[in-house]
Amino acid sequence: MITGNFYTDASLVILFLPLFAFVINILFGKRLPRQGDWISISAILTTLILALILFAGMLKNWDYKFSHEVIMPWIDMGAFKIELGFWVDNITIVMLLVVALISSMTHIFSLEYMKGDIRYNRYYAYLGLFTFSMNGIVLANNLMSLYIFWELVGVSSYLLIGHWFEKNSAADASKKAFLTNRVGDIGFFIGIMLMFTAIGSFNFQDLFIGVSNGEIKGNLLTLSGLGLFMGAVGKSSQFPLHIWLPDAMEGPTPVSALMHAATMVAAGVYLTVRLFPIFTPDALVTIAYVGGFTAIFAATIAITQNDIKKVLAYSTVSQLGYMILAVGVGNYTAAFFHLLTHAMFKACLFYGSGSVIHAMHHSLHDLHDHDTDPQDMRNMGGFHKKMPITSTTMTLATLAIAGVPLFSGFLSKDAILAGTLYFVDQNPQHIILAIFGFGAAAITAFYMFRLIFLTFHGEPKMQKVYDGIHESPSLMTAPLVILAALSTYIFYTLPINLIPWKDYGWFTKLIKAKDSFVPGTPSAKEIYDGVHYMHDLALVLSLTVASIGIGLSFLMYYKSKISSNSWAKRFGPLYRLSLNKYYFDEIYNRVFYQPFLKLCNIVAYIDWDLYDKYFINGFGHVTKFLSKASGQVDYDGLDQTLVDGVGRSASGLGKGLKNIQTGRLQNYMLFALIGVIIILIVQYSVIL
Amino acid sequence: MDNLSNYVLISAILFSLGLFGVITRRNGVAVLMGVELILNSANVNFLAFARFGGMNMSGHVYALFVIVLAAAEAAVALAIIINIFNNFRTINVDDVSELKQ
Repeated sequence: MITGNFYTDASLVILFLPLFAFVINILFGKRLPRQGDWISISAILTTLILALILFAGMLKNWDYKFSHEVIMPWIDMGAFKIELGFWVDNITIVMLLVVALISSMTHIFSLEYMKGDIRYNRYYAYLGLFTFSMNGIVLANNLMSLYIFWELVGVSSYLLIGHWFEKNSAADASKKAFLTNRVGDIGFFIGIMLMFTAIGSFNFQDLFIGVSNGEIKGNLLTLSGLGLFMGAVGKSSQFPLHIWLPDAMEGPTPVSALMHAATMVAAGVYLTVRLFPIFTPDALVTIAYVGGFTAIFAATIAITQNDIKKVLAYSTVSQLGYMILAVGVGNYTAAFFHLLTHAMFKACLFYGSGSVIHAMHHSLHDLHDHDTDPQDMRNMGGFHKKMPITSTTMTLATLAIAGVPLFSGFLSKDAILAGTLYFVDQNPQHIILAIFGFGAAAITAFYMFRLIFLTFHGEPKMQKVYDGIHESPSLMTAPLVILAALSTYIFYTLPINLIPWKDYGWFTKLIKAKDSFVPGTPSAKEIYDGVHYMHDLALVLSLTVASIGIGLSFLMYYKSKISSNSWAKRFGPLYRLSLNKYYFDEIYNRVFYQPFLKLCNIVAYIDWDLYDKYFINGFGHVTKFLSKASGQVDYDGLDQTLVDGVGRSASGLGKGLKNIQTGRLQNYMLFALIGVIIILIVQYSVIL
Repeated sequence: MDNLSNYVLISAILFSLGLFGVITRRNGVAVLMGVELILNSANVNFLAFARFGGMNMSGHVYALFVIVLAAAEAAVALAIIINIFNNFRTINVDDVSELKQ
């Protein structure tokens, strides 16, 4: 018992066990049997068990107000005080369970997927570091420690994206991810500092109290809220900082599942969920627009991508946009609900894609074919017969993401769309948010089924490769099965509700929205009632758009009734725009990088050729001249005459006086006599 | 004839002669003799002042001390001269200028 409370003690263990695994593996991993993967596995499974116990405790308590906070002093300088600590409530417990679960699945999946990797032990070590930092974010009770873990998560993301850093694209992607995140983090830090300046504390509870007391309000509060949201924009890969996430797919696929789908990118959403009570209406509208736009924007890119992981990456960006949209319209528990369900089905989809890529890789390897892209869906097709488990589980997860009833995604997406409808109902000028939401839902259903049909159905595109495809080993399919099971609705509506289109269950009962602390915002009850009122309409609409998307996809890619090629031709410019991701990388390159490089060149020119050459060198010349002159004065003048003069006169005097020192006693006596005579003469002359 | 100034004059002449001898003689023994003369001039002074200055017997006592001291000094000085001779094979004091170094 470290803190005297079971919840916080267990949380501490959950936090630090992965760190322990990281330290052991990074230092001694290579020398341990099996390169130390068993240490990581046992550590993560222990945290999973602890997280499950916490979760069971939460269900047993059945108290939506449960909250426990531990505060420890860190820096104490009188008036300036920083306290660290952690805060365990129902949201934390659920999030801890998500992180522990997905992380465990990743650890197990990687046993097979990363077998024989050159940096196997480092891979597991970094997974531990990531889990530690992610848990740190989840547990943080203040912005300062949250920021520390936030950056740690960024570092582990950098390390894992660049796991195969021999590939230039992986090294570039890791740099891009890190730097793009930095852009958001600058805003995040500004937000933190604005808050701290106004309220004098980093603690969430203090911030809430400060905001409700009006210590920070108006535009400043909006600004600091948007600053904090900037961090979420970077980490959750929202427009315009979405560019790093698709590139991050250069990392190993299990890592993509863990970090770039389920947990790390959800940190931004988690942050906005945590801080929801301090966002002003202005800030929330901005958040809603960023999220809504990202949702539809990323979805339109995902339609045309051919790389299986790129489709999933853009789908992740789009789904994160959904969550942000939900926060923006005030229905933030729905955002958290979607975070939870999305973590399960998106991780399942990523593991599925990993399983496919793994199979493709082996098949291509056996054919000695190193030119074919194992991730390109145009090389797949008909895999359902060869990999039934992967295909089935991925299809289940796709049904969930498309928002089909009986699946988890339906519940959470429905809640988000109902919240958006309510918001639009209250503020009709923001009608476009609803269009964003439903449009993205339709497009999501379309491109996800496109992925399924292209990969698992139809005729094999490359017969030779197809012949070599095998179902992945059970270590890889087990996480798929578990997560596919968790994508069904039942796990989220237990134990009080078994109706698949009502999202009442432990989640809605235990995680209740709090009132915003900003004056003039609708209360949680109003939002809840409004969402409830809009629920049926949202349900009908979302079912309609989902069936449109699925139906179109079915006709186009399964039945081939509609030719996708002719459509692509008909919408040529739009198709190319989407295929090239709206040229965002190119635009950023043109608008930011190139001018910046030019600016750097100009500055370098000024610095080297003008400043250095004339100013600095001129200074040098003047100094050189001055030192020469002063050297002359010093050496020839001072040294030669004054300093040496003193020496010379002393030595001359000594030389002269040396002659008196004859060494003959008689001479001395004579001198003494002369001296006596002189004294006598002087004495007499004085007397006379 | 019997007054202080005559004795003091004689003593001064004797002292000057002694000093002259000490300074000018090259022979160590002669230098020693000059020293004896100086000591004796001091003795003459002691006795003269004892006789005319009302010092009674204390002057005589000092004169006796000086004589004893002179004897001791002569012994020591002769020993030194013998040592010098042993070391330098000369008793010419000009050649013994080791102090110069």
